[in-house]
Amino acid sequence: MQIYLPIAELPVSIFLILGMSAAVGFISGLFGVGGGFLMTPLLVFLGIPAAVAVATGTAQITASSTTGVLTYWRRKALDVRLGGILVAGGLMGTFLGVWFFNSMRRAGYFELVLNLSYVTLLGTVGGLMLIESLKATFMPSRPRTARPSRTDGRWWFETLPWQMKFAQSQMAISIIPLLALGVFIGFAGSVLGIGGGFIVVPALIYFFRVPTAVVVGTSLFQILFTMAAATILHAITNQSVDIVLALILIIGSVVGAQIGARAGQNIKGEHFRLLLAVLVFGVAVRFAFEIGLKPAELFSLAPMEQRP
Amino acid sequence: MIRCFILMLSMLGVAGGTAHAERLITSISSSRVLITSSYSGAELVLFGAIERDGSSISRSGTYDIVVTVKGPAGPMIIREKSRQGPIWANSDQMKYADLPGYLAILTSRAISEVTSPQLRERFQIGLMENVVARGLNPAYTPARQMVFHEALVRLKVEARLFQQLERGVVFLAPNLFRAAITLPATAPLGNYEAVATLYADGAPLATEKSDFEVVKTGFEARTAAAAFGRPFLYGLSTVLLALAFGWLANYVFRRD
Repeated sequence: MQIYLPIAELPVSIFLILGMSAAVGFISGLFGVGGGFLMTPLLVFLGIPAAVAVATGTAQITASSTTGVLTYWRRKALDVRLGGILVAGGLMGTFLGVWFFNSMRRAGYFELVLNLSYVTLLGTVGGLMLIESLKATFMPSRPRTARPSRTDGRWWFETLPWQMKFAQSQMAISIIPLLALGVFIGFAGSVLGIGGGFIVVPALIYFFRVPTAVVVGTSLFQILFTMAAATILHAITNQSVDIVLALILIIGSVVGAQIGARAGQNIKGEHFRLLLAVLVFGVAVRFAFEIGLKPAELFSLAPMEQRP
Repeated sequence: MIRCFILMLSMLGVAGGTAHAERLITSISSSRVLITSSYSGAELVLFGAIERDGSSISRSGTYDIVVTVKGPAGPMIIREKSRQGPIWANSDQMKYADLPGYLAILTSRAISEVTSPQLRERFQIGLMENVVARGLNPAYTPARQMVFHEALVRLKVEARLFQQLERGVVFLAPNLFRAAITLPATAPLGNYEAVATLYADGAPLATEKSDFEVVKTGFEARTAAAAFGRPFLYGLSTVLLALAFGWLANYVFRRD
């Protein structure tokens, strides 16, 4: 069954999009990630204009992070204060990101930027995760590299001015690096149509030593607000948010995520991280091929946008 | 010399409209193509009759019809990727002024049999003729420009947004014809113009315009109007929708 998308201005098969978003939702539920890094490229692959895919993807991530935030909120596994600081940075990053997105689009470099960012970001994170989980899977006896404990020397950036106490995370730290992390995630998220959970979670654990119990909830909290802001900003500045497409993506991914979350309960922790690492790294490799190999079609056509 | 004279005369005919006795009467099957949620392209039919009166000279050859359908035009840019270090990225580009978003050239015979290359270039009968006339980058050599022209036509033809059909116009009777206009789902929205021109012995005799428009309707129209007219409210509603569904999912699938 075909349905015409009013903003993307093309008909799509409703079942194809539903199935695809359910599959992405399944993976995101399975691994506890947002899945934006799969959704955006798949939408582009199906012929949705890249700008619409990114802008609409932010709406879908808003929905899926809402579900997560509510769950963690009930379990009190969420540091609102820490999340609030990240959101403040995230909003700044989102403004910068949407501005960057619009100017790259005008200049015709948007697709290249999208591809390059996917390669570097997913390649780095996926590669690190892969190394880490391969070590954990094949050398389980080897003691893990000791993380600096709470009493050890602190990172240089933790002692910067503007210290703040975070009771729930049991830490006191300068808000400058937290804001910087928020800005980075907000920027990357609004440009690439991803939530950025796969960056926030490890960053909070390794750099800020936030207790694992509150990390995921806090990360989702930050993603929820940044992505909601990104959706509105994309809608205002480039009119690329397709509400019909968003609705299909949301329904598909929400259902898929629930099935995924149930399936995920039976997988062993190390295998779990290895699978996720392979997935993230695989997407990076695919994008590397996309920009590294000679494309089948060298020419691309676009309407020339005049600056107002 | 005589041929040239006839040609000039026939052009006056096109301009004046009354110098020749032949007249074209056309009618299009629909003046509005409505985009609904199940829209997947459209087909329109243009019917036409050739009217002759007593003063029409009897002709040895047959009549030919060329129907040119043009969609809303806008400036376009085509970019070429080339290897830059380890990656392939857009480098050279060429701009076009007011290129029709949709262009169909429908003829009753092969275009080369209908009229001469000079006239085709002059009246932009043909896809390439339309593209060449709108190129905006004189800095490139003609050969280099041609590379862009050809790529542009190829991309547009692949998307079915440019069509050139040699049997696109069918004569039902010696003086009666029909032309089928196929719009793909991605054809741009806006005003279209279908121009039918009557040719005999390679010269244009009469021409007739008809218009139609492609518009969103109902929900699609309201959604697009909201997205462009009230972007903040539209964005906010999308976010509220997302929040509502997120909350609903949490409520429905709640496990603790």
